[in-house]
Amino acid sequence: MTKHRFSEDALSDWMRGTGPDSDVVISSRVRVARNLRNQPFPMLATSQQAAEVLNRLTEVSRSGKLDAYGRFDTILLSDLSELDKRVLVEKHLISPNLANESRGGAVILSENEAVSIMINEEDHLRIQCLYPGFQIGKAWTLASGIDDIFEDAADYAFDEKRGYLTTCPTNVGTGIRASVMMHLPALVLTQQINRILSAVTQVGLAVRGLYGEGSEALGNLFQISNQVTLGQSEDEIIENLHGVARQIIEHERAARKRLLEESRIRIEDRVNRSFGILSHAAIMDSKEAAQRLSDVRLGADLGLLKEVTPNVLNELLVMTQPGFLQQTFNEKMSPEQRDIRRAELIRDRLNGKNDHGGVER
Amino acid sequence: MFCQECGKRPATLHFTKIVNGDKTEFHICESCAREKGEGIPGTPNSFSIHSLLSGLLDFNSPGSAAHSQLSPQSVRCEQCGLTYAQFSKIGRFGCSNCYNAFADRLDPLLKRVHSSTSHNGKIPKRSGAQIGCKREIEQLRRELQTYIEQEEFEQAATLRDRIRELERKLAEL
Repeated sequence: MTKHRFSEDALSDWMRGTGPDSDVVISSRVRVARNLRNQPFPMLATSQQAAEVLNRLTEVSRSGKLDAYGRFDTILLSDLSELDKRVLVEKHLISPNLANESRGGAVILSENEAVSIMINEEDHLRIQCLYPGFQIGKAWTLASGIDDIFEDAADYAFDEKRGYLTTCPTNVGTGIRASVMMHLPALVLTQQINRILSAVTQVGLAVRGLYGEGSEALGNLFQISNQVTLGQSEDEIIENLHGVARQIIEHERAARKRLLEESRIRIEDRVNRSFGILSHAAIMDSKEAAQRLSDVRLGADLGLLKEVTPNVLNELLVMTQPGFLQQTFNEKMSPEQRDIRRAELIRDRLNGKNDHGGVER
Repeated sequence: MFCQECGKRPATLHFTKIVNGDKTEFHICESCAREKGEGIPGTPNSFSIHSLLSGLLDFNSPGSAAHSQLSPQSVRCEQCGLTYAQFSKIGRFGCSNCYNAFADRLDPLLKRVHSSTSHNGKIPKRSGAQIGCKREIEQLRRELQTYIEQEEFEQAATLRDRIRELERKLAEL
C-alpha cells in the first residue's frame, strides 16, 4: 500500500458503508488533542524538537502497538506534494493546519481511513476517528482506546486542575472536539434553519460549514460540534451533542415530511431539475455543484430519485473539490477549466460511467 | 453597520458567540474577510479562532490582585520564554508550563471560554494514577462523613480501612 491510494480514491472505506440515520447525518467525528510533557508545543518547537516528538509518536505505530485497531501507515508531510496534501484535506484526513503550517508533521492513517492520527499539528498529537452516519459515541470509544495506547508509551502534559494541556485554551481540559456532519435541506427550505442554529449555539455548541473553521455552509451541510472542553466530562460532552443532534434529525425529518405532503410537486421539480442539470451541464462551479448535489441527495433520501445512491453522492462531494479534480485529471487547472472538468466528472458518475481522465483505479 | 476592520464598507459577515450570556460579536465586510482568508479553507492566516480569542484576552479583570502588579510584558514563562502579552496576542500557549506561569490570569479567560476553570473528565491511566487515587480518596472521605453522621459505624469502618489502603498505595506511587 502506498500513499497514493489515500489520495486517489475519493471514498474512504468507512464512507462506503451506510451508518445509522444516514438520511440526515453524513458522518460523526471525534478529535482528541494531546501533548507530550517536557516538550514545547509545536508552534515554538525547534526543528530538532519537532523531529524528536515525531519520532517518539510514530514509534508507537512502528512497534505494532496499534495493531489491535487495524493496519496503519505513517505518512510524512514532507514526502507529499502540495496536491497530495490538498487531497488529504478535502477527504478530511488531515487538517489544513497540518498541511500548510506544520514542521515535522506526519499522519498515521488506518487502512480504512477511519482513524487519522496527526503529529505536530497545533498540538503534538491529534487523534481523529470518523464513522459514517450518526455514531458519535462509537467514535469517542475508538478515539479513547487509541489515546490509551499513546498514553502508555509517552508522558502526556496533564494537570490535575486543568486537565490535558493544549496549545489553544479553547481545547484545554478534555481536549475533545466531537462533531456531526448533517445534511439539512428541508430546514433550510422551510427557513427554520437560523432559528435552530441559533438555539444550538446557545447550548454551547458551534456550527460550521463542510471544511470546518471559517468555511461556508455549502450544500446545506452543517457541522455541529462542542465548543466547551473544560469542566464537563467527555461523556457529558458526547451526550449533549448527541441529544441536540438527535433533535435536529427529528426536526429535519418532520420538515421533509411536511414538504412532501404540502408541496410534493415543487420538491419533485427541484430535485429532478437539479438532477437534469447535473447530468447534462458542461460548466459547473463548486457552489452550484454543492447546491445541486444537495437537491439530488434530498431526492434520493425521499425516494423520489431511484437512479442515485448515497455512495455516489458522498464520493462526488469529495471528487468535485479543486484538489481532487486536479488529481483525477492529472493536470493543473484554472478555475474555469476546473468548472468544465467538474461538470464532466459529475455527468459521467451520474450516468453510471466511471472512467475519466485516464487514471487507473 | 460598518466593517470593524476597514470602517469603510458595510459589514456583511457577522459572527456572534454566546457563552453563558457573555456575548462576543464580530462584524466585517466581505473583502476584509477574504483578506483574512475567510471562506478559503486551507489558507495560512485563516481568520481563525485565535484572532477571536485574543479579543477575549484583552480585558481587565478587576479583583485579581496579582493582575495589577505586573504588566503583561513582564509576566513570562520561564520554560519557553513566551510573555503574557505575546500569549494574549496570538491566543496560544508555547508549552505546558505556560499554564503555571500565567495561572493567575487564566481563570477569567477559561471561565469566558468554557464557563469553568477545572477539568472533570478523563485522567491518563499511567501518569495520572496518583490523581485518580487522590480523587477516589476524596470521594470515599465524603462517603465516610455521611456514614458517621448517620451513625452507621460498621460501614464507616470498612470505608476507613479502604481509605488507609489507598493512602498507602498513593505513598508508593
